[in-house]
Amino acid sequence: MVFLENFRIAIAALRANLMRSILTTLGIIIGVAAVVAVVSIVQGLQFTISNQLQGVGATFVVITPKTDRDFPGMVARQVKLTYDDGKALEEKVPGVKILTPAIFGRATLKYRDRKHTPAAVIGVNENWQDVNNHTVDRGRFFSRIDLENRRKVVVIGEKVIEELNLDPQPLGKEIYVNTYPATIIGVMEKKGQSLGMNVDDLAFVPYDSALTLFGRNAGDQIQLRLQADAPEHVEQVKDGITRLLRQRHRLPSDQPDDFEIQTQDEILDTVNTILGSVTAVVGGVVGIALLVGGIGIMNIMLVSVTERTREIGVRKAVGARRQDVLLQFLIEAVTLSLIGGAIGLGLGYGLGALVAKLIPGFPPAHVPIWAVALSFGFSAIVGIFFGIYPAAKASRLDPIEALRYE
Amino acid sequence: MALIELKDIEKVYDMGAEKVHALNGVDLMVERGEYVAIMGSSGSGKSTLMNLVGCLDTPTAGSYILNGVAVQELDDTQLAGIRNKEIGFVFQTFNLLARTDALHNVELPLIYAGLSRAERRQRARRALEKVGLGSRMHHQPNELSGGQRQRVAIARALVNDPSILLADEPTGNLDSATSEEIMQLFDELHQSGNTVVLVTHEADIARHAWRQVILRDGKVISDQPTARAEAAAAAPVS
Repeated sequence: MVFLENFRIAIAALRANLMRSILTTLGIIIGVAAVVAVVSIVQGLQFTISNQLQGVGATFVVITPKTDRDFPGMVARQVKLTYDDGKALEEKVPGVKILTPAIFGRATLKYRDRKHTPAAVIGVNENWQDVNNHTVDRGRFFSRIDLENRRKVVVIGEKVIEELNLDPQPLGKEIYVNTYPATIIGVMEKKGQSLGMNVDDLAFVPYDSALTLFGRNAGDQIQLRLQADAPEHVEQVKDGITRLLRQRHRLPSDQPDDFEIQTQDEILDTVNTILGSVTAVVGGVVGIALLVGGIGIMNIMLVSVTERTREIGVRKAVGARRQDVLLQFLIEAVTLSLIGGAIGLGLGYGLGALVAKLIPGFPPAHVPIWAVALSFGFSAIVGIFFGIYPAAKASRLDPIEALRYE
Repeated sequence: MALIELKDIEKVYDMGAEKVHALNGVDLMVERGEYVAIMGSSGSGKSTLMNLVGCLDTPTAGSYILNGVAVQELDDTQLAGIRNKEIGFVFQTFNLLARTDALHNVELPLIYAGLSRAERRQRARRALEKVGLGSRMHHQPNELSGGQRQRVAIARALVNDPSILLADEPTGNLDSATSEEIMQLFDELHQSGNTVVLVTHEADIARHAWRQVILRDGKVISDQPTARAEAAAAAPVS
């Protein structure tokens, strides 16, 4: 009963000095807004990345060339990772089920008077669908025959159809990839945005066509993507790949690998590590903001106690005990910081959503319940911690002195 | 048993170099239903006495029994409880809460008495009606005249049915006409059975009481019934 009454008093007191109250909570607002904005963005990223990686499965492995930057001055041999490496892996490493090379490049697509440069034009083989768990929606993907016969074919995403103003059923239409004419044989299923790349804004060409498009040298440093035959074989497959590639690249035993093998788990780990350190840094900044915010609250509460000395005297004269006065001012401080927390939460969410919207390819912001609980919890703790001293000061006032205060 | 029993009360303020004896052996008994004016010039110790009687302060020496409770032995929290239940304060400067309507101001002691909202409302309304402010319950102090403010303060003092109504210069901030109205209100409250203790330095105010206690230098130098009490005693009982 007294508790509720105190809450009502707190609201009334804060409303009486509305501007001051808002300015005071600014520290808390900024702190909480920062944490919520970052958490919402990071969570959105993490959520999307995890989903996508889970999509390719636990047996997914990607090999990329690694230029050795740890030995500057050393004239390293040209680091190579080629389709021949891939073919050797497919043949000799037990557990490698299917494999596709991937050359990423940029090229302009043309259809009649429309031009569009998609996020990437990727040269792959017939296994891409199964390796990446990304399949055609209409038509078909490349077959081995397309590849062997060097057919001029292309598979595109939905965004490309839109940009080139193609018929929604574009199969059989001929478009130009730079200057090479190619027939559309398939449209990829819609997948949306991922890691800053619109997966629907891609065009796939047969591997050899990509070499023609991007030049022979493009085939020296490619990505190899593969699926192992079982999740429990992934480690063994990794070891096999390492051994074979080192041998093929003639690396002496004292030299580091000139390639990097990442499994789904490792990619997830890497992503989580990066996002985790971003969160930690922001956490530190937020900690400082909350500290400053808390000091602001303590300051204004001290002012408030002084201003309301007479009120405290009156309350004591009519029977308020020390704990009643303590509770009153503590509740006021906590209310102040919680209001700051709530405003910060809204602001942070808005900010996160805005950032997610403004950066193309960014996943939507996502605020988990724990972040909401955490911001309110932190606000309350800040309110209590920095409110206790002014409240204690108020509760200890001598009623006679307080009543005489001018 | 008297309502207020002060025995050999001393209050010493330690001002560092010197000790100030604000009260120097005060004995005072007030019965239930009395109407007492405590008088004295400034520095006579009357404010100190009022603070002690009102349980805002405790004596350095001596004993104070209020309504059977030895007050000098109580701690802070218990004193707050006594102030809540036994004392109704009326101040010279009204001491109403700003930006708070009359009803809420009157409710204040009942909040600390732990009463439910509905019951608080009801009792605060009744107290305001008793002081003649039934139509001004939702006015804030700055919308009321001085006399009306003091009426709100008196309603607040009355609302928890205290043993003593303790008024410190209740007309000190009012003009003479309004002062007279307020004093008539005290007279009525006394007639309806309340114990009233007034602290004042004005003879005009003190003459409303039935008994006058005069302090000087921390001691009671005179304690007599007023002309009014004698008149009442002489009149036939109706």
